[in-house]
Amino acid sequence: MNPVLEVRGIDKSFGPVQVLHDVTFAAYRGEITALVGDNGAGKSTLVKCIGGIYPIDAGDYLFDGEQVHVGGPRDAGELGIEIVYQDLALCDNLDIVQNMFLGRERRSGLVLDEATMEEMAQQTLTSLSVRTVKSIRQQVSSLSGGQRQTVAIAKAVLWNSKVVILDEPTAALGVAQTAQVLELVRRLADKGLAVVLISHNMNDVFAVSDRIAALYLGRMAAQVKTADVTHAQVVELITSGRSGDLGLTNGVST
Amino acid sequence: MSKLLANDEAIVTAVRQPSIGNSARAYTERVRGGDMGALPAVLGLVVLCTVFALLRPTFLTPVNFANLFTQGGQITVIAMGLVFVLLLGEIDLSAGFASGVCAAVLAVTLTDMGMPWYVSVLAAILTGVLIGLVLGVLVAKLGIPSFIVTLAGFLAFQGVLLVLLEEGTNISIRDETILAIANRNLTPMLGWGLFLVGVGGYAAVQVVRSLKRSRRGLVADPASLIAARVGTMAVIAGLAVYVLNLERSRNPGLVSLTGVPIVVPIVLALLVVWTFVLRRTAFGRHIYAVGGNAEASRRAGINVDRIKISAFVICSGIAAIGGIIAASRGASVDPNTGGSQVLLYAVGAAVIGGTSLFGGKGRVMDAVLGGAVIAVIDNGMGLMGYGSSVKYIVTGSVLLLAAGVDALARRRAAAAGLR
Repeated sequence: MNPVLEVRGIDKSFGPVQVLHDVTFAAYRGEITALVGDNGAGKSTLVKCIGGIYPIDAGDYLFDGEQVHVGGPRDAGELGIEIVYQDLALCDNLDIVQNMFLGRERRSGLVLDEATMEEMAQQTLTSLSVRTVKSIRQQVSSLSGGQRQTVAIAKAVLWNSKVVILDEPTAALGVAQTAQVLELVRRLADKGLAVVLISHNMNDVFAVSDRIAALYLGRMAAQVKTADVTHAQVVELITSGRSGDLGLTNGVST
Repeated sequence: MSKLLANDEAIVTAVRQPSIGNSARAYTERVRGGDMGALPAVLGLVVLCTVFALLRPTFLTPVNFANLFTQGGQITVIAMGLVFVLLLGEIDLSAGFASGVCAAVLAVTLTDMGMPWYVSVLAAILTGVLIGLVLGVLVAKLGIPSFIVTLAGFLAFQGVLLVLLEEGTNISIRDETILAIANRNLTPMLGWGLFLVGVGGYAAVQVVRSLKRSRRGLVADPASLIAARVGTMAVIAGLAVYVLNLERSRNPGLVSLTGVPIVVPIVLALLVVWTFVLRRTAFGRHIYAVGGNAEASRRAGINVDRIKISAFVICSGIAAIGGIIAASRGASVDPNTGGSQVLLYAVGAAVIGGTSLFGGKGRVMDAVLGGAVIAVIDNGMGLMGYGSSVKYIVTGSVLLLAAGVDALARRRAAAAGLR
């Protein structure tokens, strides 16, 4: 199977600090790829490079097997890549519909087409079996953590996107809400999207993911199928960059 | 002016609740949660008007009522522009003198160079746009805090004003069209025409939107709610037009003085246009978004710098119109046009009306309501015989009160999870 999204040999530095070294990463249609790594391993940086927030210093960016250039968030959005950030990036003073269409409002002529946007937002929420929100004209500030996460995820799938990247979607949630969000994440993959899940929580990773990619100090230690590895091996990859035959030798990927 | 209250409240609640009862309930909930919107301004207006009317019966005369509009015109218009900057959580301290500089450009081109009035008006507004562009670029691209940039502008424009007026001469305005803005009135017939167009247009917009939405199976406002809103607006607006159409000349035999001041339709037109821009266009949506969460907006692909620059351009551009109104009212431009209390009154108007100093919350309507409060205070205190000293102290206290209410409401809303 060919990956939808693939980056090869990505380098990224901030001034004198090189954060990503020769990173290769792929995401597949209908699968959840967990991106794991310790704090500062470069998970967020890699995601922001993929999302076009940071320009990459070197490396190839392939989408559907074609070489592409992503110069900004809009380019990534046009390819069908959506990122749900850890801090959700919602505007508290806007309602659910307004947030879901932020930056890509539907218009008829000069005027915003509120009715169409409302319908599309409603359809998307229904297709994801979201029933927890009272009204889609509610201000986001009045929503709970889980509901906000749901809105942020729904916003990402509204655009017939092909790749959805979730940055720590369950980090701030309670047990029940975590289960709900993970279920939603699984549903996204079952709909045929390529899902990338950044997580610190090994239970979450093993519960839903199909593949695991482990970053270690800015290098990709390994990208493996979840079924082929154990909990302990993944923890080892995260903490030392290698585990048996897997991972880096002397800090360089094999 | 409060006739427009019904109008704008409606915009806020229109999309949410289907019946009058539910609307009222949702509104009460919001107020309790700290989102008071225009409530303090409306209550303040009612209290102030009652007190002044009881203490000084002259306050209620048609002459004084008409004066309120011309007195509040400049401040209200500048406050409208400030709403755009405040929505982003920025401030423009230079808007007052920017309006003065634009008024001076008007006066110089009109009186000294003898250009036709429309060329001068265009020149004044372009000056405002240019000023906004410079301020906006400095804030957005260089990242200097808007407080500092516009404080510098406040000082510098004062100097520019002096240069334009050749170190303090007073340029008088003799052009009939410009003078008419703050000194002439619509004929009573035109006043009623304005009333019909305003109320009819508002009703049409409401009904069409409701029909469109219910045809698509979306939650729409019921006829009763629309009728209540349009009715309230019609009563208040009708009363205002009726009073303004009464004879208010002391000597009706010599000169007749009736009708809606021309500044009123100008303010209303600005209100409608800019409310439309803020509420119904993607640009307006993006202003709210940047004010609510600039980082989220950036990630959504919104050009935050461009939004910031355009907010400053709009603010100074509208301030130019405020300057033109001031020039018309004073029939001249002097080194203090747009100076002294004008800016703080305008900021006060926006904040009293319910625009948040923290960004993300506010409407153009707020400027009109707040402007009305300021005009009433200024006018009423004058009638009571208080001098500038007391006026300044009271207005300052009201501004502080409004900002305090804003800050407290925000805290409360945070606790209630509303904002």
